Amino acid sequence: MKDKRSYDNHLGIVGWLGGGRWGIERYLYTLHRVTGVGILLFFIIHIFESSLRILGRETWDAVMEVMTNPIFKAGEILVFAAFAFHALNGIRLIFIELGLAVGKAEDPIYPYRSSINTQRSLMIVTMILSALLMIAGGYDLIFLGH
Amino acid sequence: MKETGYWTWFIISGLITFFILGLHMLIVHLDGMLGIFSHADGGAVVWENVIQRSRSQFFSIAYIILLGAALYHGFYGLRTILLELGIGKQAQQRLTKFLWLTGILLFLVGTYVSLAVRTMEAPIL
Repeated sequence: MKDKRSYDNHLGIVGWLGGGRWGIERYLYTLHRVTGVGILLFFIIHIFESSLRILGRETWDAVMEVMTNPIFKAGEILVFAAFAFHALNGIRLIFIELGLAVGKAEDPIYPYRSSINTQRSLMIVTMILSALLMIAGGYDLIFLGH
Repeated sequence: MKETGYWTWFIISGLITFFILGLHMLIVHLDGMLGIFSHADGGAVVWENVIQRSRSQFFSIAYIILLGAALYHGFYGLRTILLELGIGKQAQQRLTKFLWLTGILLFLVGTYVSLAVRTMEAPIL
């Protein structure tokens, strides 16, 4: 444990919440984890809930009747928003891992361009796409009632 | 080496989940606008549409793959977060084993239901 503290970029459990001196991407990292755990929780419940179709039509219809409750509707909207963020942010992370859409590598000539600066436009595009997906899904869920 | 393998599968399962879950979301939450997937009135979760997908070979296979990929991706992600608690080596191994068992159990539940519904004899429509 002790040797980890000598790395200035190791934020430990504090790093679950705070971004330290890092930029907005660091908060997306936190949000990525929060949405991930949220989706996993929903997913486990969803496995059992959707499995109820094995009990036949009457049970299924009764369960779907319960799901029209505004609390579940609000939950669905939240899960969709979490999905829209987590899916597109995940693609962004894979892009960065593979060095895609972050510009060509440059010689380290002063003044350096930090990796954060080269990644920012990818982040902005990703978040715009994510917001559009949330709007589309939210419109469908709230106004079309699916 | 093992951790590298776990991580690579985490990325691969994430990509698989992206595409199949994307399709799932198109069907369940965006089809009100698109109107291409659910043939019976009332949206993706009315019984007729649910059974139609359950009986379809394509959706059975796609959803079982999604189940496995999403469970692996989710539990690996959770494990990454929990390992940051700084627990001991033995506790880490126990946690990994527990998450594997839970994931496999959930996979078996979902796969069993998926296959059983395909051959369900009850009148469907």
